[in-house]
Amino acid sequence: MICLQNISKNFGKLPVLRNIQLEWRAGSSYGLIGPNGSGKTTLIKCILGLAIPDAGTIHVDGQVIKNQEVYRKKIGYMPQIGRYPDNMTIGQVINMMKAIRPDVTHVDEDLLRAFRLDAMANKRMRTLSGGTRQKVSAALAFLFSPPILILDEPTAGLDPIASEALKEKIAWAKENGKLVVITSHILSDLEELITDIVYLHEGYVRYQNRVATLMQDTGEMRLSRAIAHMLRAQQAAQPLPAA
Amino acid sequence: MRLFFIWGYFALTVIAHAKTIVVGAGGTVTKIREGIALASAGDTVLIRAGLYREGNILIKKSIVIRGEGQAVIDGDHKYELFTVHAPGGSISGLTFQNTGIASIEDLAAIKVLESTNLHLYRNTFINCFFGIYLANSSHILIEENQLTSDAAAEHQIGNGIHLWKCHHATLRSNRVHGHRDGIYFEFVTQSLVTENHSEGNMRYGLHFMFSHDDTYHGNTFLNNGAGVAVMYTKGVTMTHNRFVHNWGSSAYGLLLKDIRDSDISHNEFIENSIGIFMEGSSRNQFYQNEFRANGYAIRLQASCDENRFRQNNFRQNTFDIITNGSLVLNSIESNYWDRYEGYDLTRDGVGDIPYRPVSLYGTLIDRMPTAVLLWRSFLVLLLDKAERAAPAITPENLKDTTPAMKPYDLPPKHQ
Amino acid sequence: MSRLLKYVFYDLLRDRFILAYTLFLWVLTSVLFQFDADAGKVILSLMNVVLLVVPLVSIVFSTIHYFNSYEFMELMLVQPIPRKVVFLSQYVGVASSLATAFGVGVGLPVMLFGGGAAGVALLLSGLLLTLVFVSLAFLAAVLTPDKARAIGLALLFWIYFALIYDGLLLWVVYTFSDYPLEKITLVLIAMNPVDLARIILLLQLDISALMGYTGAFYQQFFGSILGLVFSAGVLLIWIALPLFAAYRLFAVKDL
Repeated sequence: MICLQNISKNFGKLPVLRNIQLEWRAGSSYGLIGPNGSGKTTLIKCILGLAIPDAGTIHVDGQVIKNQEVYRKKIGYMPQIGRYPDNMTIGQVINMMKAIRPDVTHVDEDLLRAFRLDAMANKRMRTLSGGTRQKVSAALAFLFSPPILILDEPTAGLDPIASEALKEKIAWAKENGKLVVITSHILSDLEELITDIVYLHEGYVRYQNRVATLMQDTGEMRLSRAIAHMLRAQQAAQPLPAA
Repeated sequence: MRLFFIWGYFALTVIAHAKTIVVGAGGTVTKIREGIALASAGDTVLIRAGLYREGNILIKKSIVIRGEGQAVIDGDHKYELFTVHAPGGSISGLTFQNTGIASIEDLAAIKVLESTNLHLYRNTFINCFFGIYLANSSHILIEENQLTSDAAAEHQIGNGIHLWKCHHATLRSNRVHGHRDGIYFEFVTQSLVTENHSEGNMRYGLHFMFSHDDTYHGNTFLNNGAGVAVMYTKGVTMTHNRFVHNWGSSAYGLLLKDIRDSDISHNEFIENSIGIFMEGSSRNQFYQNEFRANGYAIRLQASCDENRFRQNNFRQNTFDIITNGSLVLNSIESNYWDRYEGYDLTRDGVGDIPYRPVSLYGTLIDRMPTAVLLWRSFLVLLLDKAERAAPAITPENLKDTTPAMKPYDLPPKHQ
Repeated sequence: MSRLLKYVFYDLLRDRFILAYTLFLWVLTSVLFQFDADAGKVILSLMNVVLLVVPLVSIVFSTIHYFNSYEFMELMLVQPIPRKVVFLSQYVGVASSLATAFGVGVGLPVMLFGGGAAGVALLLSGLLLTLVFVSLAFLAAVLTPDKARAIGLALLFWIYFALIYDGLLLWVVYTFSDYPLEKITLVLIAMNPVDLARIILLLQLDISALMGYTGAFYQQFFGSILGLVFSAGVLLIWIALPLFAAYRLFAVKDL
């Protein structure tokens, strides 16, 4: 569903993405992991068209995305830090989003209700806490039932109840044939949500595999341990080139 | 007044014997020339309405010539009309038109040579080369005449009222329009010019030189090509005149060149490129004049000294004073300046800090006229403020140390 | 675009700064008219506001607003909306709010107290300068990576057009004062929207100040249909060119 071919991106002289090759399919859920500065956010921005790759092509649903915008109808994106016009209310932001996609008739308001945002529709964005904004961001990402969901650190800053509600929704999305991409630092969070793992380091895709395969290969029971095990093994076999 | 008296006396002495000769179509006398030939001193020649084309007519007797109705004397663009050489008499109520135009001879509608005690009044002059031309004459009273011309260029037209070597002349309530100079005096002394209106002339509204001890009172000089220029004269009195809208790159409300010991007071200078331009002029008094909306109110060249500017109002002028030197030999005191930003803590109506009427930007524009483009820009505002605080280019001593806080009440006093 | 614009505009109209700016202009204009019966003199005083304050407020506010809307633009750009629409709706939103503030703050009192032809010239100049400086603000904003540097660049733009350029112009006039400069200065004036607006206003308001041959030349030129088309055209170019340059940069910018 999303296909990246030879994607490279530099910020000035600093390479951020180096020759990335990825293919993500519907019905799977990908955990995009890696340390700070590994290129996770830039990769997502490239898919969303916020950043423009220096080289390579990106296909979304078979379509080259360069200078296009219609493909973004298929993507629900939840940013790491959602910021909205200060003077607008939650209700207005939601209405605006609906106004942008006048052709969507059915909206999925499960999360709005789960987060009790419908009761806060008249609150202005500037009065909201970081957690509440995250809830708005999550609700917006799922609002139009898009086939692709890209969630950047989705559970950071959410209270446990909201976090669980969101996880349930992600699981539901996965089971309903959608493509889900999640970045997170908290590996334990991802454990139950993802089917595949992509490990980025200094702009390279260091590792990608099915989670099940990874667990099997390493013989570990927990995802974080499995990854650590795999990385150690990889380092031992082939030291990382100096960046 | 004395002039009136003399003329009145003269009229009385001859009135007992006087007869009236009527000139007009249908009468016994049809030509002005015949009528004048029939008349003796003291007689009246009454000219009936009609068009008279008789070329030049010479008048050597002191007779009264009076027009009635539309009596029009036409020169066919060839002739001078009346040439007067008489010890008295009057010409009135006539319309003169279409004199000849010559480059060597000064053809005029009425030329007066070596005459005295003439009264020229209520005549109309249309497209005459010179209107009224006086030479070597005295005690001439010129009143309520109208002179207009629609000549296109300066060389095609002479002066409206032109006096050369005359004294004791009086010009009152005449209107001159479209001539070269409206009123021109050369070697004319002890004369009075009052209540005249000189407008839209090609060159100067009033132009005189070597004409001492004359008085100009209550005249209006409006929209003339180069304003008013007066030169090489002393003892001029100019009061309650209006110098208005003389606009152009070399137009002046009043140009003073080598004018000395004169009094220029209670005049209004409004909307002129330069209100007063003066060079080589000394010991003149400028008192209670109104300078309003001029480009430069006063251009004071360094060749001027001992002039005194006192209690004048300076309002809405682009620049107040400009000068080309740094030496200040003139006194400027107690004037009202609308740009003054000082204060009056002592509450005596006099500003506590001096006003410097010369602006840096005004000086710049004077040296490079294109800099006018920067007028009212932020840069110019800053430059002027800086210069006023610490003069570097403008003369340090050119200042009014007793600026008035309020404008003087200077109502127009002419009738 | 119109749907998006509605929200941008709505957000701006509730902006306290825009309200304060409107109020400031309105109070200033009204007070000037109360103190001076001569409408011509009031408009002369307002000219400084139009030539200095309006560009300054427009450029600084727009630059800050651009960065404050950064997340909003990001939010819009992950929706199925082209970059052009996001960018233009920002421009139109900011420009129309500032223009509305000027129109209400200065325009209403001027019309109310009777500004005449000079008042109309003042309003048009103010509106066009607002649009020009919003364009320049967007250019400054896309040229720089962060808000502080963008505001610095915006202020530099302002001080360049308000002051430095005139210094250079004065230097040119001084250096070449022996040559006929009228036509060249016409081009030089056109290179600075503030100068162009100032000359147009002077020809309406303070014609007596433009003395001599230069003044006569400008009066003749700007009084003609050609002059009108020229000045309107140049100001429109000053709006379009920085905006277009800013858009071209924005189109390939990483957010």
